[in-house]
Amino acid sequence: MAGIVGYGVYIPYYRIKVEEIAKVWGDDPRAISRGLVVQEKSVPSPDEDTATISVEAARNSLKRAKINPQKIGAIYVGSESHPYAVKPTATIVADAVAATPELTAADLEFACKAGTAGIQVCMGLVDSDAIEYGLAIGADTAQGAPSDALEYTASAGGAAYIIGKGNTLADFEGTYSFTTDTPDFYRREGKPYPRHGGRFTGEPAYFKHVLSAAKGLFGKMGTDASDYDHVVFHQPNGKFYIRAARKLGFKEDQYKTGLLTPYIGNTYSGATPLGLAAVLDIAQAGERIMAVSYGSGAGSDAFSITVNDEIEQKRDLAPKVQELVDNKCYVDYAVYAKFKGKLRMAGLTQH
Amino acid sequence: MRDVAIIGVSQTKFGELWDISFRDLISEAGLKAIEDANIEGADLEAMFVGNMSAGLFVQQEHIASLIVDHTGLTPLPCVRVEAACASGGLALRNGIMAVASGYHDVVISAGVEKMTDVVDPTPAIATASDQEWEAQQGVTFPSLYAMMARRHMYEYGTTREQLAMMSVVNHKNGALNPLAQFPMEITVDQVLNSSLVADPLRLLDCSPVTDGAAAVILCPAEDARKYTDTPVYVKASAQASGTIALHDRRDITTIDATVHAANTAYKMANMEPEDIQAVEVHDCFSINGLLAIEDLGFVEKGQGGPAIEDGMTERDGRIPVNPSGGLKSRGHPLGATGIAQTAEIVWQLRGEAGKRQIDGIEVGMTHNIGGTGGTATVHIFSN
Repeated sequence: MAGIVGYGVYIPYYRIKVEEIAKVWGDDPRAISRGLVVQEKSVPSPDEDTATISVEAARNSLKRAKINPQKIGAIYVGSESHPYAVKPTATIVADAVAATPELTAADLEFACKAGTAGIQVCMGLVDSDAIEYGLAIGADTAQGAPSDALEYTASAGGAAYIIGKGNTLADFEGTYSFTTDTPDFYRREGKPYPRHGGRFTGEPAYFKHVLSAAKGLFGKMGTDASDYDHVVFHQPNGKFYIRAARKLGFKEDQYKTGLLTPYIGNTYSGATPLGLAAVLDIAQAGERIMAVSYGSGAGSDAFSITVNDEIEQKRDLAPKVQELVDNKCYVDYAVYAKFKGKLRMAGLTQH
Repeated sequence: MRDVAIIGVSQTKFGELWDISFRDLISEAGLKAIEDANIEGADLEAMFVGNMSAGLFVQQEHIASLIVDHTGLTPLPCVRVEAACASGGLALRNGIMAVASGYHDVVISAGVEKMTDVVDPTPAIATASDQEWEAQQGVTFPSLYAMMARRHMYEYGTTREQLAMMSVVNHKNGALNPLAQFPMEITVDQVLNSSLVADPLRLLDCSPVTDGAAAVILCPAEDARKYTDTPVYVKASAQASGTIALHDRRDITTIDATVHAANTAYKMANMEPEDIQAVEVHDCFSINGLLAIEDLGFVEKGQGGPAIEDGMTERDGRIPVNPSGGLKSRGHPLGATGIAQTAEIVWQLRGEAGKRQIDGIEVGMTHNIGGTGGTATVHIFSN
């Protein structure tokens, strides 16, 4: 079965604290921080978008994979903030990492789980020997309307995974997906910000799909929480993640490494792939990992992964998640508003 | 006029019921009440349904037809009754009047609200206030009740802790109610440290947004024992109106509609406040529960805070308040609340209230408010 040959991550340098956002809207920062389990979030600079984040992450994944990029037969970029509505991000990545022209490429969208959907597509192509290596990326510069609850968490970041059979650092044991039509969160064509169903995004959406996918994987693999050394979930906020973990019987030691939202916010399509990368940064050979993504709309992809000896040779070849989490500079709300294009500039037009 | 009895009651589980639609909620409550009364649907002669705003919550009007249709009870005549959060109390009162007058024999009075299908229920709820003078100026119910609380604290020295105790006692009872939305105990500290909603009211001073339904079956008192060995008798059904806008009140720390309805009810039942052994009050906010025990005559005006603090309203206190958990813990599906209050008092009078049963109870009361007191209903029941 296919495995992870290399992985790479990218998180923008800038951060904004929950207190800073709460101050603008007259919210109680302590209550928000405690309620969402989020302290601060990453902010993309004006020159960063899903394409640049994807390229950075892809280059880092190639550093670990140590393969000729010309051997990449497929690139999928999963995001809900592709810079173009029509024209792929995946071709930008393909050219930037010198993987063109003999490959297939496409952009994927499934709210926050398009990145893991890309991993599954690559697994299928690799396992069927249609390609030697596939590159799957989950990245976003997430949108949250001013004063919406999402504004406290919607952030930016991404992770890239090179999927193949040779020289893997971790191997997939199985994957299981759970999908229904559940309109908990959506953004219509031409609208700048998504809409969400408030509390409806909890029990009938996130928890139903994440828990069902996790239990489905347990059933398929004949495992339970105690069989895994680490677990990662999609993390729209810290609260949902911890509750999902505890409901499935996981302990803090198993789930804490992959929980990044309190420090970088919700990177949407990047969230589960980044959490998994944080675990791979510290995992030992032989350890087992479960990763469960969630995308509104709605669905979850669950993976069972075993780390192998190759991890020791590869993990220091590119920046680790914690290094990027720690490398930061705070901005105030005014700069954040400028960076995120929330200010309307007189006399200038955007193209 | 004929005396009226309650021969069947029901309440659905209250909560965020994502998988249960408006029509299924009311059908479940109705069918359970019919079962409880040991009658058949065909025995019903009329239906009254309390509902505040299906139009805004689930975009459905003409619910009288919908409910009769969905429950297979056509051609049963059905009337939808609306008086904001007092809709349930009014549905009950209309059912009682229909039986008492001799116009109908067996009647079902029900209440239902499906509130969680909208992202923000605030605009719908705000329609219970004066649109032109209150809602359109940005005043919502938490802020209206916050003003009442602040004034009560100023006038009578009511403390923040005493308000918190109202919620604490509610949850102590609600923790024993399997149908409650939030069946867990809370502490004064938790109330005082919960998110500020409208100063001085905090999150745990406020009743929740709830899906739920409840129903009661009424018949002439003289026929009640044909259906049940434990009939509950309606001793009084009273209703009064007050100003819809808070600023038009002579005193914002008294809900005059409650006072008038209570006086009428006591007179009708030939009873005094001392005769009441349990009461379900309309604690949409902690301050309203406190105002209720004053305005219903259980304590002097201004003494609600100390009374709650001294344990007077606990299940073993002088006047047990909200044995069900009240609107705070049981939940507050607006149109269903007045009927759910009735179901609780009936269960208490039948001795069927499980772990929250009040020993030896023979007389109980319900108090249902619309808006900030534009409508009030008070009912007294005995076994």
